[in-house]
Amino acid sequence: MAASAADPRAGLLTPLADRPPAIALSGIDKRFGPVHANKAIELAIPAGTIHGIIGENGAGKSTLMNILYGYYTADRGEIRIDGQPVKIASTQDAIAAGIGMVHQHFMLVEPFTVLENVLLGAEGGFTLKAGMAKARAELAALERDYGLEVDLDARIADLPVGIQQRVEILKALFRGARILILDEPTGVLTPQEADHLFRILRHLRDQGRTVVLITHKLREIMAATDNVSVMRQGAMVAHRRTAETTREELAELMVGRKVLLRVEKAPAKPGRTVLEVKDLVVRDANGVVRVKGVSFDVRAGEIVGIAGVAGNGQSELLEALAGIRPIERGTVTINGQPLASFGLSRPTGLGHVPEDRLRMGLLRHFSASENAILGYQDRPGYSHHGFLDLAGIVRLCRGWMRSYDVRPENTELQAQSFSGGNQQKLVLARELEHDPGLLLVGQPTRGVDIGAIEFIHKRLIAMRDAGKAVLLVSVELDEIRSLADRILVMFDGAFTGELPGGEAEERRIGLLMAGITEAAA
Amino acid sequence: MSDLFLLALQLSDSTIRLATPLVLAAMAGLFCERSGVVDIALEGKMLGAAFAAASAAAVTNSALVGLGAGILFAMALAMVHGFACITNRGDQVVSGMALNIVVAGLGPTLADAWFGQAGRTPLLGDSARFTGIDLPLAETLRPIPVLGPIYAEVISGHNILVYVAALAVPAVAWVVYRTRFGLRLRAVGENPSAVDTAGISVTAMRYKALLVTGLLCGIAGSYFSIAHSASFIRDMTAGKGYLALAALIFGKWRPVPAVMACLLFAFADAVQVRLQGVPLPLLGTIPTQAIQALPYLATVLLLAGFVGRAVAPKAIGIPYVKER
Repeated sequence: MAASAADPRAGLLTPLADRPPAIALSGIDKRFGPVHANKAIELAIPAGTIHGIIGENGAGKSTLMNILYGYYTADRGEIRIDGQPVKIASTQDAIAAGIGMVHQHFMLVEPFTVLENVLLGAEGGFTLKAGMAKARAELAALERDYGLEVDLDARIADLPVGIQQRVEILKALFRGARILILDEPTGVLTPQEADHLFRILRHLRDQGRTVVLITHKLREIMAATDNVSVMRQGAMVAHRRTAETTREELAELMVGRKVLLRVEKAPAKPGRTVLEVKDLVVRDANGVVRVKGVSFDVRAGEIVGIAGVAGNGQSELLEALAGIRPIERGTVTINGQPLASFGLSRPTGLGHVPEDRLRMGLLRHFSASENAILGYQDRPGYSHHGFLDLAGIVRLCRGWMRSYDVRPENTELQAQSFSGGNQQKLVLARELEHDPGLLLVGQPTRGVDIGAIEFIHKRLIAMRDAGKAVLLVSVELDEIRSLADRILVMFDGAFTGELPGGEAEERRIGLLMAGITEAAA
Repeated sequence: MSDLFLLALQLSDSTIRLATPLVLAAMAGLFCERSGVVDIALEGKMLGAAFAAASAAAVTNSALVGLGAGILFAMALAMVHGFACITNRGDQVVSGMALNIVVAGLGPTLADAWFGQAGRTPLLGDSARFTGIDLPLAETLRPIPVLGPIYAEVISGHNILVYVAALAVPAVAWVVYRTRFGLRLRAVGENPSAVDTAGISVTAMRYKALLVTGLLCGIAGSYFSIAHSASFIRDMTAGKGYLALAALIFGKWRPVPAVMACLLFAFADAVQVRLQGVPLPLLGTIPTQAIQALPYLATVLLLAGFVGRAVAPKAIGIPYVKER
């Protein structure tokens, strides 16, 4: 591994004898101001394969692919497509070179129909009529060949994300993409949808197209790719055949040190009931009922995980429990006291790590030390006679930054200047260190690096072992499975099942996440 | 012919005259706003065009040259807005407001300097302005009951720009919904990233949209000074740009509903003119100022009460920056 880090060409995959590599990058270099996003990247992707590119957030994967797609231009370096040197100065050049990209955030116009979205940029004439008719025929053929069924006249806004993704793939294929790049494609999918996506990708490969899969999820690399390249801190550190590597090796290559992928934990010792929820109904900001009468409890010394695809009511449930979203019907009691009795203030003994740290967890223009007491600023000890004890707060914050490994360890830096993982650790430090009896945690590792994930998971287990009740909401199935002692699966505002943690079978959770219960199946 | 029928004819006729600049300006605003750029400067562009058209027409004694000058000046103003908001990502409302204020002062000042007539341009003769056109057979068909007078009084007899405005509406609807330019225009106001990744320049699309806005505002402005009236006077657009913008929002950024809103506002304006100084049953004579406020009052009521949630183009007001 040390050798491959020193020599970026080591382990480069040899192309198949009969075809030059679909993509060959040499010496690609890109800086954004002081940030060296891509360092002399060498990469050869054999034609007709599925190639994974894995790395932590900020490792430079997306930058590299955006250079390939003409969204950015590299400062230096050469790109060859099918052996031919090409200059990709714009997205148009990339499309002309046969490259298509499915972005992490879909590039779709929501009020448009599927057909209009596919046509955008490839209209085939000044008026739309002729192009539309031609596109219908071509798309029908593509849908048939690759199992990409989509209603062409449906509006994007009305389609589930899995289908929206198919539209993105169709868009690329319609433009004649022979090389398809997918950036973190499974973030919004159920495991079944992800499996379906992988089948489509294999189909594309078998038809001779080349697929590049960018991800930070080891599971996907192992499940879907033929070869894998690992990036770390802007550099390409290793290339492997997927069949000849392991998750552990890849994780170590990504982070640069050994990483524990499975969290070690003793069996839970649940105590008395801390959180009790009965027939809870919650509406979202638009007045739509998003939580449809759920009942459950969380006991001291256990982690209850709520699994589900994003947007099935988990967010509204979490916000209602935290007292920041009104409850339509039903009761919530915390330590035997009804939630309603706390009025507008935060219930005592409740810690809340919100799903969206920048929107709800931090004030991005406030310093780290100010953020460290946010929501607790009225506590005795933080102020004397109405004046904040700033020196004491800074001291406290510095101590937390040290024990939670928040970097850089600068209490005066604005929250927005920290990386996602460090922001999250700051929120976690604040909520955990105020010693809550009940901890509500939403998406604790969203946009957080593997190294920090390990740390955050250990902390949550430690909270549990200290006898706290923890409610964990996450769309990361692996996270739920490795942390939760009990798993509740949420679909369309209701629980479709409860499973014991640990040994819960992924397939079964996946089916429940899609709303398919045993009775229905 | 009954008095009531005559009144209806007269009101319809003046509604059409008053609606013309509103319709053109609303169509102009549609392009700008659908591309994702707020256009509060419809007013300024129209006023600028009114001044440029009147000046050029006064000097050359040609209505067509006047119209050309009006269009060019409005397009130039649109490009200033584009340079501030698209190229330099400035605040779109601030830029628009600045244009309005600059033009409001510039017109009368230049008119004073050039023509020495206290902020106005010289009165134009008939050859320097667009005068009414009698459509074929207007007099022949007049005797036909009901339809004849409608054709002769309401449809016929307007200046050419009124008919341009009427034709502009289906043309705009066709461009927006049936052409490549329209598809890209609608897309760039909703999700510019999607347009960018499809290999289309967001900047170029928005500049093109603003050029169309300038063109239509130029015609609308010229209508004021070289068709409806015969000279430029201070503040002669009298807030019609804002009214057009309100109509656009009222019509949810769609051509036909926006035109309906324009007609409604113009009708309120026509009624207002008729009511000035006329004693009303029960109320007596209402002060002119109160009656003049009628169309604006209608705007406020409609926008506040009846529009429901107007869903603006999603990317409106946000300068486009490629994400990292």
